[in-house]
Amino acid sequence: MADEYKPPALPAPFNNTNPAPELLTQGAEGHLYKTFSLDPSIPAALKVRPSKPYRHPILDRRLTRQRIIQEARCLTKLIREGVSVPAVLALDWEGQGGDEAGWGGAWLMMEWIDGPVVRVVLEQWEAWMKKNASSLDVAQLEQENARVKALLRRIGKTIGGLHKAGVVHGDLTTSNIMLRLPTEDIEAETTPTGVSTQGEVVLIDFGLASQSAQDEDRAVDLYVLERAIGSTHPRSEPFMEELVHGYRESHRGATSTLKRLEDNPVPLSNAYSHMDRIDLNWILKTPR
Amino acid sequence: MASYLETLDIPHLPESLSVYVALYRDVQNAAFLRQQLLSGNKEFEYAFIDASMVFSRAHATAAIFRAINDYKNDRLKSHNVHSEIVFSLNPANNIADSFRKFGVADSTKDLLAVKVSVSPEITRDSVAAHLEASVQGTPVTFDDQTISEISDVTRIKKMFKLGALPSPGDKTGGTQNTNAKRQLEMSLVGAIALRGS
Repeated sequence: MADEYKPPALPAPFNNTNPAPELLTQGAEGHLYKTFSLDPSIPAALKVRPSKPYRHPILDRRLTRQRIIQEARCLTKLIREGVSVPAVLALDWEGQGGDEAGWGGAWLMMEWIDGPVVRVVLEQWEAWMKKNASSLDVAQLEQENARVKALLRRIGKTIGGLHKAGVVHGDLTTSNIMLRLPTEDIEAETTPTGVSTQGEVVLIDFGLASQSAQDEDRAVDLYVLERAIGSTHPRSEPFMEELVHGYRESHRGATSTLKRLEDNPVPLSNAYSHMDRIDLNWILKTPR
Repeated sequence: MASYLETLDIPHLPESLSVYVALYRDVQNAAFLRQQLLSGNKEFEYAFIDASMVFSRAHATAAIFRAINDYKNDRLKSHNVHSEIVFSLNPANNIADSFRKFGVADSTKDLLAVKVSVSPEITRDSVAAHLEASVQGTPVTFDDQTISEISDVTRIKKMFKLGALPSPGDKTGGTQNTNAKRQLEMSLVGAIALRGS
């Protein structure tokens, strides 16, 4: 039987951290932990990209280093530009031990975002609506749809801000969009569903992001998100035009990006281009 | 002993490495302190930072952590962990330049002193006693309120090429002010984390 999964040992200095960072998720490229920032009263997210023993050590170091620096650069640039993403708090791209025998991994400490991911918000809302929509009157139904429309519009606006700043996300799904819980006392929404759509839209996971101002790359972000919403949130899909609307109003370049998106039949060459990388990882992982 | 010396609680550092910080205003003997650094007086192995170049606690802490992490991994670019803290504050890669811009100068009036206990003889008491005997100035609490009265935000922004960002302390006030502070602070912290990349 499979052994219980044990995550790889944490890199220094987090092997000192008490209490130990808590493993949250494990992706294709790294592990995500919850820990403290440099201030013990403030939480932080820690992304660790361990070295991959199946890669040649020099190549491994170079790839790991390049990717974590790219992610941190995109995030820092976006913070400077006022786009809501987690801020970079600390970073180590060099690994430890210095030579081939050392640990070739890297880590990135980021601001902790307190709130749900939009995937969960939409899932909960859709589940409630599926069960109870028939009990709502026309006005209530309208109001519920309006809340989700407004959320999608805010998301479109935030993505517009991202693109305006010259960064494309590369993996936009509703799992990579969060709602930061409001810190100030604001009046809670009254909704029969019990699902709040309040909070600032925050984009997360820039592991596949890059700096680009090309309509093609920007359109891929929108296309990937559109497909993600279509496949996971069928009841919200008809409101996609709201997202497009929010995006269009966000910056001047939006029109040509949206035109590129509409011209779609020409394959969006880069959609899922990162899949190559993931596939390659799978192939390389297979022992020969 | 003197209670103004703060032991900075940075998670993730081993307990054996304590970080002591003290903030002084109206320093009278900055030239003397700088001279001790220049002559390499071992007694004066501190990070002596011109506090007007510090934006907030988080800003200073980011530089301290960066330097200590590089120290732990044997990749200091400068002499020791203390000079590395000053170097870490500098967005550019020139060591001498970082001392000119961020380190104590003859004209320094407000001083942030940082000491890392890199050997067991360095204790809170020894640091407090030595600083008290060496720095002629008024010790004040190292908090964001006090630092905000000292920082030269325009100059800091210029150094980090962040001139386009809104400045906290503008008349706007309220939430906008908090957002401006946060945005600038996080931009500085990110720049320190990425330095040399």
